[in-house]
Amino acid sequence: MNLVRRKVIQGGMMAGLATLVGVPKLLLAAWPKDAFKAKSMEDAIAALMGTAEAQDGEIVIKAPEIAENGAVVPVSVTSHIANTESISIIVPNNPQPLAASFELMGGEPFVSVRIKMAQTSDVVAVVKSGGQVYQGRKEVKVTIGGCGG
Amino acid sequence: MANTIKIRAKSKNDVVTVKVLVTHPMETGTRKDSKTKEVVPAHFIKELKAEAHGKVVFHGNIGTGVAKNPYFAFKFKGAAVGDTIKISWVDNLGNSDSRDAVIK
Repeated sequence: MNLVRRKVIQGGMMAGLATLVGVPKLLLAAWPKDAFKAKSMEDAIAALMGTAEAQDGEIVIKAPEIAENGAVVPVSVTSHIANTESISIIVPNNPQPLAASFELMGGEPFVSVRIKMAQTSDVVAVVKSGGQVYQGRKEVKVTIGGCGG
Repeated sequence: MANTIKIRAKSKNDVVTVKVLVTHPMETGTRKDSKTKEVVPAHFIKELKAEAHGKVVFHGNIGTGVAKNPYFAFKFKGAAVGDTIKISWVDNLGNSDSRDAVIK
């Protein structure tokens, strides 16, 4: 058998696979499975940011004082920290605290999303900026949980 | 699949505000069906992406903590009235959808 020819065919197949699977993922960070699976807020932040140490920052969270229905809680986050790269929304008392993590790609430091809350909890917004991690929080009282309770 | 994405994109003072509503069950994988008593398997959107001029302007990694039929809003610069914004999502079962909207 012609070994060189085999190698060429193999190489071609690998290159084909790479363009098929690899390229769309290259631009963006892969879905952070560990961070979403984390059972505590500290673990989630550590898995997401590489460090669990978050300093308090100027982050404004708009959310209701009392959420009658925990299945749908509107939350808006505005960061006043320069060069905000990402905004993550964490509910410490949820079974899986990390709700979502948004990469702003140089856009305006604002995001709004509707989340689920199992019970009364703080809503924590974690902001990444220039290698530093900042957090802000706001308590939301939940009268009916939103996680199938 | 029927269209699952609704988009409103408005430009004001060079900043485009985008509001997105997606139709999706967002099952956590822990909820039990009230009739069959069986656990409903997880089914949730994992990623949401917004593109303008072929460039990603907003990207979200989403977990089960986001509400059913999720709503997202965000702002970005670098697009004007009449430009097109493309929103797409992918869920944990590999389903996906995308839709274009014109910025007003």
